[in-house]
Parts: sequence; C-alpha cells; structure tokens
Amino acid sequence: MPAIEFTLNGKRQSVDVSPQMPLLWVLRDTLGLTGTKFGCGLQLCGACTVHINGIATRSCGTPISSVAGKSVTTIEGLSPDMNHPVQRAWIESDVPQCGYCQSGQIMSAASLLARKANPTDADIDQAMRGNICRCGTYSAIREAIHRAARYAGSKVETTGGGQ
Amino acid sequence: MSAIQKISRRNFLKTTAGAAGGLVLGFYLPESNSLLAQTAAGKLNAYVRVGMDDMVTLYIHKAEMGQGTVTSLSMLLAEELECDWKKIRTEFPGVDPVAFGPVQGVFGSQSIRTSWEPLRKAGATACEMLVQAAAQKWNVPKSQCRAENNTIVNLTTQERLSFGSLADAASKLPVPQTASLKDPTQFKLVGKSQKRMDTPGKVSGKTMFGIDVKVPGMLYASLQRCPVFGGKVASFDATKAKAVPGVKQVVQISSGVAVLADNTWSAMEGRKALVVQWDEGKLAGTSSATIRKTFMELAEKPAAPPAVARKEGDAAAALNAAPRKLEAVYEAPYLAHAPMEPMNCAAHVRADGCDVWTGTQIQSAARETAAQITGLAPEKVQIHTMYLGGGFGRRGRPDFVAEAVEISKVAGVPVKLQWTRDDDMQHDFYRPASYTKFAAVLDAEGNPTVWNARIVCPSFGGLRNGVDRTAVEGIAEIRYSIPNILVDYIPPDVGIPVSFWRSVGYSQNTFFTESFMDELAAAAKKDPVEFRRKLLAKAPRMLGVLELAAEKAGWGKPLPAGRHRGIAVVDNLGSFNAQVAEISIEKGKLRVHRVVCAVDCGHVVNPAIVKQQIESGIVYGLSAVLRGEITIDRGRVQQSNFNNYEPLRIDEMPVIETYLVTNTNPPGGIGEASTPAIAPAIANAIFSATGKRIRKLPIRPEDLA
Repeated sequence: MPAIEFTLNGKRQSVDVSPQMPLLWVLRDTLGLTGTKFGCGLQLCGACTVHINGIATRSCGTPISSVAGKSVTTIEGLSPDMNHPVQRAWIESDVPQCGYCQSGQIMSAASLLARKANPTDADIDQAMRGNICRCGTYSAIREAIHRAARYAGSKVETTGGGQ
Repeated sequence: MSAIQKISRRNFLKTTAGAAGGLVLGFYLPESNSLLAQTAAGKLNAYVRVGMDDMVTLYIHKAEMGQGTVTSLSMLLAEELECDWKKIRTEFPGVDPVAFGPVQGVFGSQSIRTSWEPLRKAGATACEMLVQAAAQKWNVPKSQCRAENNTIVNLTTQERLSFGSLADAASKLPVPQTASLKDPTQFKLVGKSQKRMDTPGKVSGKTMFGIDVKVPGMLYASLQRCPVFGGKVASFDATKAKAVPGVKQVVQISSGVAVLADNTWSAMEGRKALVVQWDEGKLAGTSSATIRKTFMELAEKPAAPPAVARKEGDAAAALNAAPRKLEAVYEAPYLAHAPMEPMNCAAHVRADGCDVWTGTQIQSAARETAAQITGLAPEKVQIHTMYLGGGFGRRGRPDFVAEAVEISKVAGVPVKLQWTRDDDMQHDFYRPASYTKFAAVLDAEGNPTVWNARIVCPSFGGLRNGVDRTAVEGIAEIRYSIPNILVDYIPPDVGIPVSFWRSVGYSQNTFFTESFMDELAAAAKKDPVEFRRKLLAKAPRMLGVLELAAEKAGWGKPLPAGRHRGIAVVDNLGSFNAQVAEISIEKGKLRVHRVVCAVDCGHVVNPAIVKQQIESGIVYGLSAVLRGEITIDRGRVQQSNFNNYEPLRIDEMPVIETYLVTNTNPPGGIGEASTPAIAPAIANAIFSATGKRIRKLPIRPEDLA
C-alpha cells in the first residue's frame, strides 16, 4: 500500500494504513490524537468532527484515502494554547459536563464561525444540530458561540483589520 | 440507592507520612447506613496531601462523569483548608476498601451528601495541623496564627509561612480530633459559583477518557455477543475474520467471540467477517408485546398476593364504598442510557496481577469482577479510574470490565475492548418497562380520599418483604395528604437486563403519579397548582418549590395563543423540585418552549453546577419523553443507534430557567433530581392543550391530535 499523505494540524503527515480506514481511527489509534471521539460510527452524533480544508466533517465516515493532499485540523490543532475564540468562550461559559462530545461541538462551532462571523440562533441550530450532547449542555453551547463571535469580533478590531 | 442519608457522620482520622513527604490525611466517608454498619472504625476513605511544593492534592474516590464531583469536592476541602484554589490538584486513587470504605463509586446522587461534612472536616483538620506547625516554629500560641491563602500568618509579626514549608512538620503532629468547622456564613468558596476544574482539559481534547487509554503492546478488541439476551455461542468460524488485515487473534469468552487487532477499526472489520452460530436460549420468543401482556395479566390477576409497599387507612373499604372511582393505567417503556462514550475497558491480566483502565461508576465492583475472573486476590487488581463520557447509571455495571479482563486473560496480552454504538444500545441494562394501575376517590369537595396503585415493574434487585423500594419510589412515598393509601407491587421476571437509569424508579413513577394527580385535579374541577397546594400543606419544602415554580412561570397569567402550561412536583434524593413546562402543538408537532424549575436542594455548594445538573437532568428526561423507547423482538433490542433512538438535539432545546430556594438544610442530591418531573409537566401541558391525557410514554403523534 502506498503511504497516504496529508496535512495534519499544520504539519505534513504520512500514514501507511488501509485506504478504507476511517480518518477517526487513523487519528486515534495510528497517530495517538485521542481528542477526536467515537460516538456512533454513522455520522449521527458529531463526536468525531474535525475540519477538512476548514469544513466541519465527520471523521468516522471519512476514509483516509479521501483526505490525501488535504488539510486536517483536529481539536489538538485548533490552537496551541486554548486561545481560539471558541475555546476561550467554552471556558468562560464553562460549557462541558462529561465533556466527551465537546471536541466535536467545538470543531463544529469553529467551522460555523469561520463561515459566519455573527451567527443567529437559527444558524446555530442548523450548524450544531448534528452534534449530540447527552449531558444537555445545549444552552451553554449557544451562549458560548455568541460569546466566541464577540471575542473574534473584538480581536479583529484590536488588530485594526476588517471582517 | 437513593435513601436519604441519616448518618451520624463519624470521621475516622489518621495521618501518615506521604511517600513524597508532606501531610497526608485520610478520612472515612460513609456511603449509607447499612454500609456504615459493616465498616469497622479506623477505616479510611479519602486523602488530602499538602506537598512540600505547596500543592494540595485531593484524592477523589468518586468518579467524574459530568456531574461536577471533582470541582465540588475540591471546594469543600479548600473552604476549610484555606488553601489557594488554584493550587489544588485532583487524582483518582485506586480501589482501597480499607481507606475508602466498601463501596467506592458514584451513584444515587450521593457525592456531595456523603462528603459535605467529612471533606470539610478533613480540610479543617489539615489546616489546624498546619497552624500548629507554624505556631511551634514561631514559638507562639496557636491563637496567634491564622491560615490564609496557602500560608499561615503570624498575626503579631505579619510573617508568613507557606503550606509547603510546613507540610513535613505538620505531618508529624498528632491529628486533632476537634477541628471546628466554619459557620456557613463565613464561607468564601462554598455557596458561590466556581468554574469547573475539568473544563480546560475537556476544551483542549486532553482529558483522558477510558476510550483514550493506550497500553504498550495492547491489542484492540471488538466482541460479538449473542443478539438475544441470555444466548450463547454454539460454534463459530473465524477463518474470514483472521484474513482481515490487522487482525491478530480471535478468542471465545463467556459472552461471545472477540476479534483482536492492531487498531479498533480492523477489530470491528474482523468482527463483521465472523460467522457465529448461536444457541439463542429461552428469550428468543420474547417481544415487547409478550412482555406487556405478562405485565397486564399480573396486574389484573396476580399469581400471588401482591406485596404491600404502603398502607394507610383502609383504601379497599373506601374504594368499595365510593359511588365513583377514578381509574387509569400508566405505562413506560424500557430505556437505554446511551452515554456519548460507548462502553470500553482496557485490561492487562498477568500471572501476578491485573491492571484495569476504565470509566466506571463503581470502582469496587470493577475490582471485584476482575478478581473473580482472574482468580487473583483483589489487592492484586489495580483499577485506574478514567474520566467517564457520561454514566447515567450505565457505568455502575461491571459487565464491560468482565469482558475486557476475560479477553486479556484468554489472549494473554493487554487489550482494550471497544463497544460499538449498536453494542451499547443492544446490550445495556435498561430502565425497566412498567405498568401501573391507579384508582382514586374524591370526596364531595373534590379532595382525594383514596390513593391506590398497583405497580408491575421488574425489580432492580433487593426485594424486602416482597417490595423493591426503588421500583415503587415516587408512588408509594408521595407527600400528598390522603387518608387512605394502598400501594402494592408485583415484580415480573421477563429476562430483560435492567438497572439504574438516571433517577431510577422516579424516572417512570413520577410521570405516573404527577399525571394521575393532574387527572384528579381535573376531575375535581380545580386548578392543578391549587389542588396540589392544599394537599401539600404538611410538606413545606414541596409547597415551597411548587409555589416558586408557579410564580416564576407566571402560572394563571395569560399565555400567547397556542401556548399551554403543565406542572409537576417531586421530592427525590433529598431534594425537591417543581417544573412548569410551556408547550405548543403546531401541525401535529410538539414543541417545548420553556421549562421553569424551582429547586430546593438544601445547602448549595456550587450554584453553577447545580444549574448545569438541573438542565442536564431535564434534557435527559425530555429525550425520553419525546422519543425514548427500547422495543424487543425475538429477544433482541430493535434500536441500534442515534437514528432510531435519537436524543434531544440543540434545535429542540427549550429555554430552561432554574430558581434555587436558598436555605441551610443539609445538601440534597442534584445529579438525578430534575429528570422525573419533566415528563408529567409536559404531559399535563398537553392535556391543557388538547384535553387528552397521555398515559404512555414516549409521546406519539396520535397523542397530539
């Protein structure tokens, strides 16, 4: 089998695994990045959400062969020091309970905010309804996404840039 | 499980020098009356360590499954220790019945209730020893020293000594038996919302759950079990499974055939290629319909006289004499727990010992299970408690530990067994289905004079005089003043594995009780709040939450067109709460817009965590109300994943408002408190909207027409 090459959290990565192996298990078992979680295996719960070329994607249903040449970002690569606006907002709103689904929630939220700087509640519903939380942290998630939008906005202002 | 604690919390304090130096305190936290009786004096249950590096370590013999235990227990300790909140580290210790008592784990919403006094006392005792060490060093009376922010202050000279610099000397002092606790009015941390200590790890992906464990040389395992409960392997052919790339071994254990591979996916792929013949056993003909028929027949014609769960007055005579009876049958389905992290366990069995890494709610059960399977002495089994990706009662069972240990034993290598979502849903220990028949009588003024219920519900285990108190809770122990009460109980055995599901018996019984109570209010032509208020005159804390919820929800005030309210009230786990649900039905679809919850859980340790738990419990109950149902066909569970057992999603989330009743009663449980009342609050709101009574869960489209 030829090695499959892609960019992982900003660095070049090469793996020698079955081309059908889902990205989820390559990340977790082959590469030891366990922040991305297994919840359902059928793209129903969102616990395994990562970014592929910036788009929130369920890694449990993504064969590794399909990410060749692409850029994958996991929770470990979202920021070096939990300084991403979504992570800061998640900490400020104290969102997690058991925490198991939260990597996926954060990756979905980060992808939403990258597309839409100031999402409405309806935008949040649409972008986040694929991520299940059995602890019921949904109201905190909503609050934190609005908060992250404010953080991201103020960051833009302080650096003098536009949106 | 959920008995209100009435323990005289004796603490058995002793001190030992920690391996790394410093002050180590152990103290026993009793779990329950009965367990306390079995525990000899001198046994320890948790440890506080003040390191010479000035760090304070709290060894938490509980587990963190989202309920906030790590944070709240740390607050209790820090409050009295006067340590720097930021200098606390927490660790989960191994199982140690000598140190931690016979049942080490988290269940029955007990963590705060059983830690409230002992942990503060441990903090206070440690603090006093540090004060004494400082006093000796300065050669001044203790009264001249005070603890403050990880230091001891000399009140005369204003000199300071750090906790770390005093730890060694303090650890050599005798343990004071009389350390006094703060007056609660002096609390600095307790009672005020503090950020959770486990948030950063959960936001960075670094928190280690059971599924994240990797042991050197470990193989990944996936296990094929008989789809029929109680079935066994007759024969199997592993030829094709072994041909799957990455598969290393295929082994049979008592519950099925395990495929071991060098990664999880290969193990799952190998498992799909297995050919297994099953001996399906005696449940192969069981279905939801046959189970329901059994329950109904037992309710109508009991095989033996039902066991009496509560009897006051003469309900039978009053029923016979009444010109008119109100009767209703209520039903609830089996439910799966479906925590986000499917069951898993890593185990390494060796000749001389066994290590187990898992997220378990009951570490001592995990250890006992591993010891039994390996034949090792329990002390040779080391349980490494990982964070739990949800528990809700499911992880109180050690079945997944047994499987992993058995696979490692047979295969001779360390393994991590990973369940799929299907495994998790189809091999759970379910909230039992139940069938309850009510009868009641109203007098001429519309006051109930008879409360009669026959409960048919599989037992959770532990019949006493024929009654499983857990199966009847929420119906037998109602707080309403009714002169004639007869509640009896029949435990059918239909073979489906059952266990504790968040709020346990209350999860279905409060739906029954509070819906039927609403039926009585309607029959009496009374407002549901007024009706309950009168019957709760002798239950002030119930009345308190009822009135607070009604007030905050604007009960009796006009609602926007199409909106309707329903109310329910419950006491469980030493806490009280009332909920008002506000709903609408549009185009045959139910929408829950708002839930107002008033809670009296006694003294609150961390209000933010209480609020989290209230919301969490309501969402958990709401998922069950809307869609939760496990059905059985040919002895198999028909649901398999989140497409056919779909929890609440964010776009269905109601606004939840939580109001805490401030008081200084001892803390009540909170992790399971809010789950029971949401179902009847919604069902009662639907009655208000449609005039139709919901007597069976989950709510179906035809119920809303």
